[in-house]
Amino acid sequence: MSRTPASDAFPRADDADIAPVVRFEDVGVRYGRAPETLRDISLALMPGSFHFVTGPSGAGKSTLLKLMYLAMRPSRGLVSLFGRDTATLPRKALPAMRRRIGVVYQEYRLLDHVSAFDNVALPLRIARLRPASYAADVAELLTWVGLGRKFNALPPTLAGGEKQRLAIARAVVNRPDLLIADEPTGNIDHEMGLRILRLLVELNRLGATVVVASHDQDLVARSGMPVMRLEGGRLTGVDAGTRP
Amino acid sequence: MSAAPKARSVEVLAPRWRPAALLPREPAQDLLLVFVAAVLCFFACLSVIAALGADRAARGWAGQIHGSATVLVQPAAGESPDASAARAAETLAGVKGVSEAAVLEKAKAEALLEPWFGPGPALADLPIPRLVTVELDPKAPASIAALDSALKGAGVEATIDDHSRWTRSIMRAGGLARLAAAGAAVLMTLAAGAVIAFATRAGLAARREIVEVLHLSGAEDVFIVALFQNRLAELAAVAGALGAAGAISVGALMRLLGGGSGLTPVLPVAWSDLLAVAPAPLLAAAIAAIAARITAMRQVRTLP
Repeated sequence: MSRTPASDAFPRADDADIAPVVRFEDVGVRYGRAPETLRDISLALMPGSFHFVTGPSGAGKSTLLKLMYLAMRPSRGLVSLFGRDTATLPRKALPAMRRRIGVVYQEYRLLDHVSAFDNVALPLRIARLRPASYAADVAELLTWVGLGRKFNALPPTLAGGEKQRLAIARAVVNRPDLLIADEPTGNIDHEMGLRILRLLVELNRLGATVVVASHDQDLVARSGMPVMRLEGGRLTGVDAGTRP
Repeated sequence: MSAAPKARSVEVLAPRWRPAALLPREPAQDLLLVFVAAVLCFFACLSVIAALGADRAARGWAGQIHGSATVLVQPAAGESPDASAARAAETLAGVKGVSEAAVLEKAKAEALLEPWFGPGPALADLPIPRLVTVELDPKAPASIAALDSALKGAGVEATIDDHSRWTRSIMRAGGLARLAAAGAAVLMTLAAGAVIAFATRAGLAARREIVEVLHLSGAEDVFIVALFQNRLAELAAVAGALGAAGAISVGALMRLLGGGSGLTPVLPVAWSDLLAVAPAPLLAAAIAAIAARITAMRQVRTLP
């Protein structure tokens, strides 16, 4: 696996014919008066790419992902998604951009009071589609992630791996251009972790740009995917990965 | 082995699936909110019924005294008081715009003074003023100037009281009663709005996790706000219906126990007054929707 300094690891925006899905330039994030959580982050993720983000606890992995799925704004620098500077976008334009991003949260963030079916259907419902137009797709997706038998179950009744797969199904149901997963294998056993990894790789093959934060070095190594390393809030390097 | 049929079942059931409520029901909190809002609606509706009753009472009394006048006759020299009064009544009866003019019998005049002087011989020693009561044509009432002119023309010295002083006082009292009742209704409405706003804030705080998930999943602000707006409007409609039903019951009881005068002549209750509070559920829902929308929108806009 070749290792490259972070500054040289990504294509320059003006070099590429295709705009990066995610582009950060000198991004910094500070909470209050505390030192910056993220410092001088510059990166560009091209369409269809798959990247892991690794680093020790407190390195800023979750903060980096939050910037990508628009859960927060940077204190400085440029965050561009799908070729558009998010700082200059009007508030009205943000929901449509968020609907192009699927997120698998570390703590799942499922709606506990509605069924697995309703949870998966949520992004389509938010997009104001008619239930009749997507109910069959939701059913198919639930079956695909192995929850066809539990479509009516409430999330609190599901096991950790089932919740994780449900969260993934919800994240991909509207076929997002960008799929972000924060420690998707953090609370499940190794075997289930591999299954979820295969699921993410499959989604990447279908065209989604995928970014996965993980501290599971074994899983990351087995994937052979490029890895962005964060340390102390800085992007210290990028491993190109072994997959062609 | 059972996976296949169950998996099929999700596909079979999918076409019949109906989206679930995105905000969880909180029966205990909802019940409390409905109770508080219903009490406020009840008093607001009661205020409206009271305002209508007070208005009717004021108009009724004003109407009764507005169409009449009282003439105090000074006996002419060489003429008995009764003769002067009879002449004044005869003169006034011929004035255009007067329906009827009659001398108030001495016994009735004494009865009017009795509350101040007491019954018995004291009154007999007093010179009882002779009064002529005049009923004016309600369609084209004669003016005080016309009455005065007619009396002067007939050589009758008299003082005319058209009750305008009392009419103004009664109308002012009625106006104040209406204002007080309307003020109470407005205060109740504002209080209901504040309660709904508070409930919305509490609801947003309690369901912040759901709101954030919806927001990050790409829900527009209005989508999230509508969830709270519709839920609270629905609860307020129920509260409005309960409050209105309570007020109608009280009003109906007053009407049944006291007839057209209600329990007191100050607040006569008509059946039509009770219908005036029928839109309360709709009004309560609209107020709740507005209060919830404004509050929720402010909160949601604080999200990144």
